Amino acid sequence: MSLRSPLSRVLGLGAASDGPAHWWAQRVSAVGTALLAVWFAGGVIGTDLGDRAAVAGWVAKPLNSVLLILLVATMSYHSNLGVRVVIEDYSRGWAKVTGIVAAQFIHVVLAGVGIIAILRMAMGG
Amino acid sequence: MAEFRLPANSRINPGKTFPAAEGAGRIRRFVVYRYDPDSGENPRTDVYEVDLDRCGAMVLDALIKIKNEVDPSLTFRRSCREGICGSCAMNIDGTNTLACIKAIDDIKGDVKIYPLPHLPVVKDLVPDLTNFYAQYASIKPWLQSRTPAPPDRERLQSRDDQHKINDPATCILCACCSTSCPSYWWNGDRYLGPAALLAAYRWIVDSRDEATGDRLDDLEDPFRLYRCHTIMNCTRTCPKNLNPAQAIAETKKLLIERRH
Repeated sequence: MSLRSPLSRVLGLGAASDGPAHWWAQRVSAVGTALLAVWFAGGVIGTDLGDRAAVAGWVAKPLNSVLLILLVATMSYHSNLGVRVVIEDYSRGWAKVTGIVAAQFIHVVLAGVGIIAILRMAMGG
Repeated sequence: MAEFRLPANSRINPGKTFPAAEGAGRIRRFVVYRYDPDSGENPRTDVYEVDLDRCGAMVLDALIKIKNEVDPSLTFRRSCREGICGSCAMNIDGTNTLACIKAIDDIKGDVKIYPLPHLPVVKDLVPDLTNFYAQYASIKPWLQSRTPAPPDRERLQSRDDQHKINDPATCILCACCSTSCPSYWWNGDRYLGPAALLAAYRWIVDSRDEATGDRLDDLEDPFRLYRCHTIMNCTRTCPKNLNPAQAIAETKKLLIERRH
């Protein structure tokens, strides 16, 4: 049982001087992901991608490669920001810190795998 | 971890039923949460049958009638009976509101009454608001100004500037909004909640206040402010029709504005 005053408990360790950057990045990456997703859906629907060669050919176009890589990057970044919020909401102590680090690691790996796969296809791998 | 189920000693059992008196006309069942920490028993819901022909129109009237005529042990807060003090805030028919301005006829079926959610219960419908009031105190809800007040008159404010604080200043601190917010349920120890943030906003936009930057500094925190995920329960449930969610969004915009 703590004998600290209720106000002392509320004030805690003070404000972290953090938060706006995360909030802003979440919104900007959401807009970026949405725009790129619309482009991706339009591109896939508007192109005959019947076989692997056709897909590789479409991915290999410079603009498509760049935008696909951007889509994977913004999507992973946005997902990481969102998952971090969920972990912060629902966990405490070591589980929170471990969860945030693990989620960040997983998202970096997923983004890396996606980007390398796009580069390999674009370069005819 | 977040709590998704009530602890074993908080789970609610069925309680007693108090039938209406002989010859009652329009009978309505009031299902009321009861908890006495001194008894060592789990909470229960007692059912009171009330004759609406011999009762006022509001839920608070029924509660007062039950306490006066049926069960004096029923405990709840009340004072003004006209929606201005915020004392009788409770969860009625699944929504946080004030019992004194909630009409019984607006509720279909049994009238279910519980204390405000996710707060420690002192007794029956009385929640412990200690943390809530400390959060309010933490935002320094008073005018802070380095400029001395004019000796011969009050500090002046334009009509437009007054308009900005009209709504936020109407908050009666009933805690309906904060206790309706899932973010507040899970992180009420660190998230200030809609009521305290609405009060903070009221001073942030007050043209006479000179501590705007300090106030924003105090809120610039992933938990104090940014646990708000725009769920909007606060705005939906506010019995005074205020909009804490908008105040929080405006505060977030100000924090971005001062960075760019």
